[in-house]
Amino acid sequence: MNIIVLVKQVPDTTAIKIDKETSTLIRVGVPNIINPDDLAAVEEALKLKERYGGKVTTITMGPPQAEAMLRELYALGVDDAYLLTDRRFAGSDTWATSRILSALIEELQFDLIIAGYQAIDGDTAQVGPQVAEFLDIPQVTHLHQIVGLDKHELVVVKQTDYELETLAVTLPALITVRREMNEPRFMNAFDLWNCFDKELHLKTFDDLKLELQHIGLAGSPTRVKKTYTRPVMTKAAKEVMEPEAAAKKIVDLLYPYMEVKNHG
Amino acid sequence: MKHELLIKMLESYASTVVKSRAHTIDEEERFPLETVKELGRYGLLGLPFPTKWGGVGADTKAYIDAVRILSKYCATTGVIVSAHTSLCSHPIFAFGTESQKEKYLPKLNSGQFLGAFGLTEAGAGTDASQQQTKAIDRGDYYEITGNKIFITNAGYADVYIIFAVTDQSLGLKGISAFIVEKDSDGFTVGPKEKKMGIRGSSTCELVLQKVKVPKTQLLGKVGEGFKIAMATLDGGRIGIAAQALGIAEGAFERTVEYIKKRTQFGRPISAFQYTQFMVAEMKTKIEAGRLLLYKAVSDKDEGRSYTESAAMAKLYCSRIAVEVADQCIQLLGGYGYIRDYEIERYLRDAKITEIYEGTSEVQRMVIAGKVLK
Repeated sequence: MNIIVLVKQVPDTTAIKIDKETSTLIRVGVPNIINPDDLAAVEEALKLKERYGGKVTTITMGPPQAEAMLRELYALGVDDAYLLTDRRFAGSDTWATSRILSALIEELQFDLIIAGYQAIDGDTAQVGPQVAEFLDIPQVTHLHQIVGLDKHELVVVKQTDYELETLAVTLPALITVRREMNEPRFMNAFDLWNCFDKELHLKTFDDLKLELQHIGLAGSPTRVKKTYTRPVMTKAAKEVMEPEAAAKKIVDLLYPYMEVKNHG
Repeated sequence: MKHELLIKMLESYASTVVKSRAHTIDEEERFPLETVKELGRYGLLGLPFPTKWGGVGADTKAYIDAVRILSKYCATTGVIVSAHTSLCSHPIFAFGTESQKEKYLPKLNSGQFLGAFGLTEAGAGTDASQQQTKAIDRGDYYEITGNKIFITNAGYADVYIIFAVTDQSLGLKGISAFIVEKDSDGFTVGPKEKKMGIRGSSTCELVLQKVKVPKTQLLGKVGEGFKIAMATLDGGRIGIAAQALGIAEGAFERTVEYIKKRTQFGRPISAFQYTQFMVAEMKTKIEAGRLLLYKAVSDKDEGRSYTESAAMAKLYCSRIAVEVADQCIQLLGGYGYIRDYEIERYLRDAKITEIYEGTSEVQRMVIAGKVLK
């Protein structure tokens, strides 16, 4: 099975510290990591490859530094990697990004595309579904589990708010997964030691069948009008009291925020 | 870049999985077979050997980083890797025939086989020349009889490098090395020794009773055994120095975390100058040890003689491992003495590094011998 995994390099939001003076986020010196949902997608792809054979290809769009992430994915056991990088791609929203990714994917052989559900820096959850639309293939989002292949169908369990649905989807298809789904493996020294020597495909605008008006700012229907950092609430109350009284106080404080749900 | 990424991988694996098992395997004196399986899968049992024989194709530096970082969290795991790599795979790689390498290295490098080394005997410790184990030439095979003691990985290893006397009259040149498989008739493993530290690792006696070893299992030439043993131990000492440095680093990191949080007299104890001076001294010792260790490593990787630098690295790193672990317990006070706080284990684990693969006294003999020759 040829599997394509869509990955993104994001700032490690857990490493972001708060400036106590200004109550804003300190972004300088924050390390980049692979988006956690995408790492879960890579893990699912590698598990499918171990079960059914085939090849795992990762694709990312981003600045040249994203190469480091792709090299680390090689060290996990990924077979092939593409980096879409071009100044003309800058400013792309999720729509334009999905179009660029799709333009590359159309030139590749694949049975399945796995994407992370969403990225921790943007939280849009749009790229996976939009890529499926551009490619005109079925999609199942927010998976709980991949059951396995049944002839040309992939059987998956999808998570909704209160239910788990078992679905069969005809391949080629796109699925999105969340980090809760698995425990990603560690890099292994065999793949790690040659991960810098492996070929990595660099692709620019000129390599793809795309029009300038469809990418970058020009191709992006959504525009960011303004961004600002919401002041972080760090004030916490501290009170010493008997355990029973403390429990009552906590419940009283939280009760207005609790949604009482009656389900099933 | 590769080394940096390898260190990242080692830290992520060791600081989670290996660390989580360290206390239990010490308490239960249980050999961590599940870890050994993982080590094989992650390539950590075949780092410095060519891909041609199923190795990772990395270098001594990568291998030493692995032993050091594993030992930061679990010295038992560190010595399993060190004994396997330095004392079994390495002599086969360095002295074996092509067919011996083909037969054993892929299995050793993938972790399908675990390796061990049998030189020490009851009467042949530091004076390893006093071998009593005999190998009698029976035409197309050797018949080996004798006892080996304190053998690391014994009982779990599949392949043992065994030293035995082939010609008593030749002295040091009458000792030969053999590759012996665990299933050989007459080969048995004694009960596990109960040790002060590295209690998850396996240390046993080997009993060889007329074990038939085909001539193809002779490692190197007849009479080269002592030379092979000494060369092997030169490399092994770098591994033990790495284990010792890892122990010192591990105890130190845990202690620094603790002293920043532990409050007495209204301040974290790290605010007291006496604590700070101890921290400064320990850190300096660790960095000095690191320089000696990686000097020996680069001597080996760049093809220079490393007998002396390996001995100095082991002598120094094992000493500071004991000192640093001891001072870390002191900084944790009563908690340091409680086993659940996992600091006292570092001192118990550190002590062996001054003893095995050549005591500190032997290292001094080696160093002085080089200086005064």
